[in-house]
Amino acid sequence: MMENYQNLKQLFDGFFNQHINNETDSPVSLSVRKGALEDFYRMGFPTNKIEKWRKTKLKDVLDLPYTINTIDRLRTQEQKSIFECEINNLDTDLFSLLNGWFETSKTTLPQGVIVCSIREAEKKYPELFSKYFDRMASDRSNGLIALNSAIYSDGYFVYVPDNVACERTIQIVNVINATSRIFVNTRNMVIVGKNASLSLVHCDDSLSSFGSFVNNVSEFFVDEGSQLDFYKMQNKDEKATVITHNFVEQQRDTNTHANTITFNGGLIRNDTRVKLAGQGANADVMGLYLVDREQFVDNQVKIDHAVSDCTSNQLFKGIVDENGRAIFNGHILVQQDAQRTAAYQSNNNIQLTDTASIDTHPFLEIYADDVKCSHGATVGQLDEDALFYMMQRGICERNARMLLMFSFAGQVIDHIKIPAIKHRISELVSRRLKGELSACESCELNCENPDSVMTFEIDMSKI
Amino acid sequence: MSDSNQILDEVTQSDYKYGFVSNIETETIEKGLNEDVVRLISMKKNEPEWLLEYRLKAFRKWQQMEMPDWAHLKIPSIDFQDIIYYAAPKKKETLNSLEEVDPELIDTFNKLGISLEEQKRLTGVAVDAVIDSVSVKTTFTATLAKYGIIFCSFSEAVQEHPELVRKYLGSVVPYTDNYFGALNSAVFSDGSFCYIPKGVRCPMELSTYFRINAANTGQFERTLIVADEGSYVSYLEGCTAPQRDENQLHAAIVEIIAHKDAEVKYSTVQNWYPGDKEGRGGIYNFVTKRGLCEGANSKISWTQVETGSAITWKYPSCVLKGDNSVGEFYSVAVTNNFQQADTGSKMIHLGKNTRSTIVSKGISAGRSHNSYRGQVKINKNATGARNFSQCDSLLLGDRCGAHTFPYIDTKNASAIVEHEATTSRISDDQLFYCQQRGLDTEKSIGLIVNGYAREVLNQLPMEFAVEAQKLLAISLEGSVG
Repeated sequence: MMENYQNLKQLFDGFFNQHINNETDSPVSLSVRKGALEDFYRMGFPTNKIEKWRKTKLKDVLDLPYTINTIDRLRTQEQKSIFECEINNLDTDLFSLLNGWFETSKTTLPQGVIVCSIREAEKKYPELFSKYFDRMASDRSNGLIALNSAIYSDGYFVYVPDNVACERTIQIVNVINATSRIFVNTRNMVIVGKNASLSLVHCDDSLSSFGSFVNNVSEFFVDEGSQLDFYKMQNKDEKATVITHNFVEQQRDTNTHANTITFNGGLIRNDTRVKLAGQGANADVMGLYLVDREQFVDNQVKIDHAVSDCTSNQLFKGIVDENGRAIFNGHILVQQDAQRTAAYQSNNNIQLTDTASIDTHPFLEIYADDVKCSHGATVGQLDEDALFYMMQRGICERNARMLLMFSFAGQVIDHIKIPAIKHRISELVSRRLKGELSACESCELNCENPDSVMTFEIDMSKI
Repeated sequence: MSDSNQILDEVTQSDYKYGFVSNIETETIEKGLNEDVVRLISMKKNEPEWLLEYRLKAFRKWQQMEMPDWAHLKIPSIDFQDIIYYAAPKKKETLNSLEEVDPELIDTFNKLGISLEEQKRLTGVAVDAVIDSVSVKTTFTATLAKYGIIFCSFSEAVQEHPELVRKYLGSVVPYTDNYFGALNSAVFSDGSFCYIPKGVRCPMELSTYFRINAANTGQFERTLIVADEGSYVSYLEGCTAPQRDENQLHAAIVEIIAHKDAEVKYSTVQNWYPGDKEGRGGIYNFVTKRGLCEGANSKISWTQVETGSAITWKYPSCVLKGDNSVGEFYSVAVTNNFQQADTGSKMIHLGKNTRSTIVSKGISAGRSHNSYRGQVKINKNATGARNFSQCDSLLLGDRCGAHTFPYIDTKNASAIVEHEATTSRISDDQLFYCQQRGLDTEKSIGLIVNGYAREVLNQLPMEFAVEAQKLLAISLEGSVG
């Protein structure tokens, strides 16, 4: 067992005893928290003995000393200005989480859309909260989910009522800015009512580089006939650990599109589990990861086709350089009688050095016969012929490589539906590939010159 | 629909064709497993001290190990103390001709269509027939001896070529490898040994037929094939077993070593008793098969047609150590009724410019579960490594399962690894097309399944290809609606 485990246990116990009681929590969440804490102590942190965690080594980061930020509402003028970043040409409603606490006071939007702290939602909207809270995360398949359920500090709550198409994109920036290494548990909940639609942008950022452990659990409920677009951008410092569990439950005729772009991070693990619970549901789960130095990125996706006539599509692409490590673990489960399922899964990787490593596990588990399922996984390099062709046309090797990598990544970016986000991400990707985007910069969205278009140093006269 | 249901019924209700018990007197020891049993087996086989030591080390290791549970299988708990670990047909005087062989045994072979006599004269296949652990008859030894090829039972090899056995035993599958591997290393009864000397191209297909005969007897085969520099051998293994109500355990090990420029082709048709329609009985088949491409330019090719056994747990693998070595795996696995199969391949690329191919075709019907589980591992120094994997699954019926669990781990920037898999059922369009051309449902499905598995069946040697096609036909023809 980890040497540090007792210290962490003390930390968690301390937080639980001091900050969680009848006043702060409703009976619903209190009982969940108590049960979950017991679950956590029974299960502990996931170790390499668990098949799904065989390659994600938490031991090193868990051996570090942590504190929990308990100061609610730590808002200063200075930090407020940091969040005034915008996606160019896109009108968003911006909210922020700082060190695990929801920061913005504005909570009601037009059309009855609610965005607020999950702690606030628990008090103000007890019916919604108790109906949905911990419905999917109660699957305690590992200790971190239990830990999150037990001692989450805060998180966001988004509710879109029935028949409302939320026009403006909601953007939530989850920032870590602390003077010591902190352990953050955030819990989010997104509910999209019937025949509604929502597009949500979630950014994981670091402002400080003392390191942090972010244990994030989100539950998404998409009711009949609704549409959810979820974009996640992760640009963390290299000492940061982010473990995300996203649970999505889709009712009939729903459509979700999730896209996770990982630019930088220390140890990042994104676990997405989608349950297609109603006929005619469709889920697109996509991701792009650009990994170098000592970074580690692990993407786990499970799509559960629980009923018939659903479709799903997974597309994950990655470029791994230097000593980076990337894991992809995709799982399509087609349950018995989930006939007429169409499920696709694709994972493509480019490995640039011998010290990098890529592990990909595309799993299919199928219990119905009238299905069309396929998966493909590749690990390869940049196409030598294409490189040669471009160099022969006067494009220098560096640019030629960049163009190839950029076009490789483009397939994921092309699926982004909102043009402004698409443009922004494609620009960030090109900057990342050029080595200009590092996590040490302040918030990625606050970049100096948002209007600049992507340029390559191509001498046109030679072409 | 009713037509095809009827066909499905006919097929699924057809009894196991090769289910019969031959009454050969067998010499067995007490049920149970302990160090004394291991010593007894070793003593009965008059083994040298080092081999006994090897067995004991393996047994002690096995005692510390736990039964693996990672496979996608539901394995009823096995009482290892309720198994007889040694059974040998009672010794008769030295056999000079076929007439001296137990007539029952000859009869058994005749029923299986592998009459030694016929094989001997017509096909030119040397058969090392294994019935319940002890080789009874080895043919063509003389012919093979002319080339310096050693092809004999494992116990014979221990007596006559101890230096070879000692050198290679456990060099590919160490006794510490896995639970069933350790068990086999402790109690293996017999098996085949094959050595092809430098530069020799084996003039005939070598083959062994395994039979599990005496009731309550686990069979623990041990096969060791060594292909020296520049040699070539094609080895066939075919299996059928009589019908039993009690489950039988089979934990075999096959080790192959291919030296520089050598090539080994290993083909299997496995048709053990799969249990009845309610899932009672059937063989538990836990096999460790691994080949080591030791030298440069060596090649090991596995081809398997798996139609039998209640539970199959089997991953023929290649360790590609020599530069430019090649590993291949071709598999058709068919499961029906309550059968479960978790099978696939492991390709471990260590040397430069190593190449591997995996083609796996799974077919599941009834309430069976068929999983492909494979690993492709490219190590840091395996520059220029190349892998292509394809695993397709065909589902016949809505109560069966087809699963794919590939693991791809690469640590080299020049590696090119591709994996693709599809899962589907026979499309109505395909069926309609065939029927519209005048074929009945049964024939149409036979045609489609055969076409689906063709890529693998083509890899089999002639004799096996015919048997394999028959097996596919018996197991599946017409079992879809």
